[in-house]
Amino acid sequence: MSTAATLLRRDLALLVPGGRGGGGVLPLLFFLAVAMLYPFAVGPDAQLLARTGGGVIWIAALLAAILPLEKLVAGDLDAGVFDQLSLRGVSEELAMAVRLVAHWLAFAPLLLLATLPAAALLGLSAETTRTVLLGLLAGTPGLAAVGLAVAALTASLRGGAALSGLMVIPLAVPILIFGAGALARPDPGGLMLAAAISLGLCAVSPIAAGAAIRAARES
Amino acid sequence: MQANLAANDLACRRGDRLLFRGLSLQCGAGDAVHVAGPNGIGKSSLIRILAGLLRPFAGEIARTGSVGLIDERLALDPNQPLGKALDFWERLDGCGDPGRALEILQLHALMDIPVRYLSTGQKKRAAFARLLNGAPRIWLLDEPLNGLDAQAARSVEALVAQHCDAGGIAVVASHQPMALPGTHTLAIEDYAA
Repeated sequence: MSTAATLLRRDLALLVPGGRGGGGVLPLLFFLAVAMLYPFAVGPDAQLLARTGGGVIWIAALLAAILPLEKLVAGDLDAGVFDQLSLRGVSEELAMAVRLVAHWLAFAPLLLLATLPAAALLGLSAETTRTVLLGLLAGTPGLAAVGLAVAALTASLRGGAALSGLMVIPLAVPILIFGAGALARPDPGGLMLAAAISLGLCAVSPIAAGAAIRAARES
Repeated sequence: MQANLAANDLACRRGDRLLFRGLSLQCGAGDAVHVAGPNGIGKSSLIRILAGLLRPFAGEIARTGSVGLIDERLALDPNQPLGKALDFWERLDGCGDPGRALEILQLHALMDIPVRYLSTGQKKRAAFARLLNGAPRIWLLDEPLNGLDAQAARSVEALVAQHCDAGGIAVVASHQPMALPGTHTLAIEDYAA
C-alpha cells in the first residue's frame, strides 16, 4: 500500500498543473478557448448555442484529454523508471493503475470546474449544465483510461504523440455517444451507460498499458 | 540468505541476429564478473537478461537476492532537483541512511540542482547513490565508468570492491578495463554465434 502511495505522490507531482514536473494548465485553457470560439463561429443565436453548446463542451473535453498524453508514459519509459520499478518488484500494472488515478485527478476535476464558465459562455440552462457535468463525471475516467492505454502503446514509437491522438478518438466514441447523448433525452440511462463503459475501460486499461510497457522492452 | 546468480546456456537474439549463445555464468557471494567485449556484442543485452528485463532467446536464469541496475538511463525526473528525485527511490526502497551514499559520492553540493543540468559524470554518481540507497545484493552495472573522471572511476571501483567484500555480487559490463580484485572476466566474443 505504501508503495502505491509513494508512486501516487510522484505521479501527482509530475502531472498536476503547476507541479514540479511542469504539468501545464494548457489542456484547460484549450478547453475554455474552444468554448469561447464556438459562439464566434456560429453566431450569437442564443437558442442555437444553448441547444448545441453541451455537445461542444463534450468535444472540447475529449480534445483536451488528448493533450496531456504525450508526457504521460513516454518520459518515464525513456528514463528507465519502469525498469527500476520492475527490479523492485513493482508490477507495470500497479504503476499504470496508479498513473491512471493520477492522470484523472490531474485533469478531470479542473475540467469539471472549467465547465461552469464554459457553460456560461455558451448560455446553457442550469439543467443542461447539470447533465453535462454528470456526463463528464461519468465519462472522464473512461477517457483517462483510453488515454493511458494508448499513451503506453505509442510511448516507444517515433511520432507517438500525434498517433495517440488519432487512436484515442475512435476508442472514445462510445463514451461520447452515451455521455453527450444524455443531453438529448431526459432519462438517466445514457449517463449510466457512459459510467459503465468508463468502469470497464478503467479495469482493462492498466493491464493493457502494463503489457505495452513490457512489450516495449523487447523491441 | 546468500546472494546467488546463475545463468545456464543463455542465448540472446536481437531482431534476426543471434548475438551470443551457450553462455553460462555462476556467481556466489562476493563474486565480481567483468563482462568484456567491443560495442554491439551484447553486453547490455546480457545485463538486461540477468536483470530479468529481457527474455533470453534460450536458457534460464536463477537469482537469489535483490537486484540493482545501473545503465545509461537514469530513472530520475529531469525537471526535479536531485534531492527530490532521489527521495522518491529512497522512500520506495525504505532506505535508512541516505546521507551515507551522498557522502561517499560527494553529491551534497548538487542536491538543489535540477537533474537535467547535471553533467554526465554527476548523473552517473547520482545513479550510484540510487543504487547504494536500495542496498541490493546483486549489482548489475552497464558501463558504469562512462563519463567519469579518473578519480570518480577509482571510487566506483572501490565501491564495487566493498560491495563484494560484504558478500554482494557484481556483474559489470564495460569496454574499459576495471581494476577489481578477484574478478573473472567474461569475454562475450567467446560465445558469439
